[in-house]
Amino acid sequence: MSASTANTIASYTGKKLGSLRSERRWALWTAYASLIVATIIFLAPPFYMLVTSLKSSSEISNLSGNPWLVRAPTLENYKELIANPLFRGFFVNSVIITLCVVAISMVISVLAAFSLARMKFWGSQALATGVFLTYLVPDTLLFIPLYQIVGSLGLLNSIWGLILIYPTLTVPFCTWIMIGYFASIPKELDEAALIDGAGWMQMLTKIFIPVALPGIIAATIFAFTVSWAAFVYPTAFVTTPEHMPLTIGVVSQLIRGDTFAWGQIMAGALMAALPPVVVYAFLMDYYIAGLTAGATKG
Amino acid sequence: MAQVHLRKVVKEYEGGVQAVKGIDLDIADHEFVVLVGPSGCGKSTTLRMIAGLEEISGGEIDIGGTVVNDVPPRDRDIAMVFQNYALYPHMTVYDNMAFGLTLRKFDKGEIKRRVENAARILDIGMLLDRKPKALSGGQRQRVAMGRAIVRDPKVFLFDEPLSNLDAKLRVQMRTEIKKVHQTVRTTTVYVTHDQVEAMTLADRVVVMNHGKIEQVGPPQELYHHPKTRFVAGFIGSPSMNFIPARLEETSGGLVVRMTDRAVLPVPASRTARYAPHVGRDLLFGIRPEHLTEPHPNEHRPNIAHFEAAPEVVEPMGMETLLHFWVEGHEICARFDPAVEVAPGKPAAMAVDMDQMHMIDPKTDLVL
Repeated sequence: MSASTANTIASYTGKKLGSLRSERRWALWTAYASLIVATIIFLAPPFYMLVTSLKSSSEISNLSGNPWLVRAPTLENYKELIANPLFRGFFVNSVIITLCVVAISMVISVLAAFSLARMKFWGSQALATGVFLTYLVPDTLLFIPLYQIVGSLGLLNSIWGLILIYPTLTVPFCTWIMIGYFASIPKELDEAALIDGAGWMQMLTKIFIPVALPGIIAATIFAFTVSWAAFVYPTAFVTTPEHMPLTIGVVSQLIRGDTFAWGQIMAGALMAALPPVVVYAFLMDYYIAGLTAGATKG
Repeated sequence: MAQVHLRKVVKEYEGGVQAVKGIDLDIADHEFVVLVGPSGCGKSTTLRMIAGLEEISGGEIDIGGTVVNDVPPRDRDIAMVFQNYALYPHMTVYDNMAFGLTLRKFDKGEIKRRVENAARILDIGMLLDRKPKALSGGQRQRVAMGRAIVRDPKVFLFDEPLSNLDAKLRVQMRTEIKKVHQTVRTTTVYVTHDQVEAMTLADRVVVMNHGKIEQVGPPQELYHHPKTRFVAGFIGSPSMNFIPARLEETSGGLVVRMTDRAVLPVPASRTARYAPHVGRDLLFGIRPEHLTEPHPNEHRPNIAHFEAAPEVVEPMGMETLLHFWVEGHEICARFDPAVEVAPGKPAAMAVDMDQMHMIDPKTDLVL
C-alpha cells in the first residue's frame, strides 16, 4: 500500500469516527433532555399531591407563598383518613373487588387463550380476532346496557355487580396478551407433552402455565390495574358509601358540595395509588417480557 | 419393542395437496430405519403420522400388531425426539426425563431407577439438577434422548434430531445415537435430510421424494444399486455425475458415447443388460469416487482412461475434487490429494466402468 493511500484511509476513517462520536453525543443529549422533560411532566402531579397531602387545611387555603413547598408538614390528613372507618371500608371493597376480578379474569383468559392459541378448531382465528375487537369498545358505551343487565340480576349498588362486569374490561385484553404468549411457545413442546402422555388440561397446568408465567403476570398486572382504578362503572352502579371502592369513595365522601378536603383527597389518592406502584415496581420486568412475547425469535 | 407397518398411508391437506401419496413400509422389530429425502418429500409428515401428531387421510398404520389410526399419541407407546429438543424449560433435566413416567403414575423408585439408568447410558448423570437453559446443544439433545429412553417405548421416533447442532457435534451425536440403539435395541424410525446420517445410522434407508418412496434398502444397496435417477443422485456426496450419452454397438462390444472424443467401453458383464437399449439416448451415471487419477499398476479390469482439464480444483485435505464440463454438464472427479492438479491443466483420469449406471431419462429408472 502506498503512503498516500494509507494517509487517505487514515484521514477518511478519522473523519468518519469523529462524526459518529458527535452523532452519538447529540443523540445522548436529546435522549436526556426528553427524559428530563417527560419525568417532570409525569412526576409533577404526584409530587404536588404528596406536598398537598402533608399540608394542613389552613396552609392549603393560604394562597401566599410557593404552593410546591410545605411550611409545616403534618401527617394529620393520613391519620384522619386511616381512622375513618368509611375509608377503610373503601379500601377493603377495592381489595375484594380486585382480587375477585383478577382471579376470574385470569381463569377465563388463560383457558380462552390456550384453546384459541393451541387447539386449532374451526373459527378459532375469527374468535381470537373477535376477542380483541371487544376490547376496542369503550366502557362508556357499555355501561348503559350493562346497567340494565346488572339491574335485572339485582346486583346494583353491590360490589358483586362490579365483580361481574369488570371482567368485560379485563378478559379481552388479558386473553389477547396470553394468546400472544402461548403462541410464542414452540409447538413441539405440546407435542412432546402429548407423546409423554399429557391430556390438554395437564398440558396447560404442567407445561403452559409455568412456561408462560411472565405473560400471566403481565395479564394479572393489567387486570389488577384496571379493576383497582376503574371509575366509570362504580360511579354508575354504586350509590351508597359502604359498597364503594376507593376510586369513587374518596371523591364522593371528601367533597361535600363545594367544600373540598384537599389534604385528605390527596392523601387518599396517594394511598390508593400505592398498591399498583408496589406491584409494578416488583413485576415490571415480567410485565415487559409478557407484553413483548413473540416479538423476537426466542 | 414392535414392528411398524404402513399400508397405503396418505396425507392430504386442505385444498387437496397430498404430502404423502399412499406409501407402504414394513419396519422390523429392533430395526433402525431412516427416512431420508429433500425438504417437502413427506418424510417428517410420515413420522408425525406414526407418532399420531398428524391424522392420516387414508391407509393404515400398525404398531406392534395394533392399528393405531385413531389412537392418540399418548396411547401409541412411542417416544419422539424433536429437532429443537422440545425440553420443558421450567423443569430440571431429571424432571424432564421423569415427566412421562410421572404422568403414567409410575412408582417414584422405578422413575428414579429408569432416569438414572438412562442418564448413565447417555453420560448425563451430572446434569440431572440443571435446567435446559444451562445445557449446551449436544447436552440438550442427550436429555431429549434420555426422555425417550426412560419410557422404554415400543418405537423411538427421531425428527431431524441433529439438524440444530454444529458439524462436529453432529458427527459425535450420530455415533452416540447408534451406540444407544445398539444398547437398547428399540425399533427406531429416524428422519433426516442428510444422506450421510442416513447411510451411517440405518439398517435400512427409505429414500422419499414428492410424497412417495423411491427405494428402500440397506445403505450399501442404495449406494451400489440405486433403482432411480433420484436415488442415484441423492445418495453419495458429492452426488453422482450424469452425462447424456448413447449406447452403441461396436466390434469390440458395447460403448457409451458422450461426445465424439469421449467414448467409454461397457464391461462385458453388462452387455446382456444394456443390449436392448443400444441406439437410445440415455444418461451415463458415474460417482466422483469412481472417476479418479489413473493408478500406475492398475490391476482392476474395465478401467477406461481419458483426459480433461479441470476448471475448478477443490483441495479438501483427504481428497481433491476436480470439476470439469462435458457437453455443458458439470462433472466432478475425486483425486488423491498427493496428485498435482491445476485448473486449466489437462489431467489424466480413470473411470471404473464396473461402477457405471445407465439411466433412462424418460422413466428416470436405472437400467
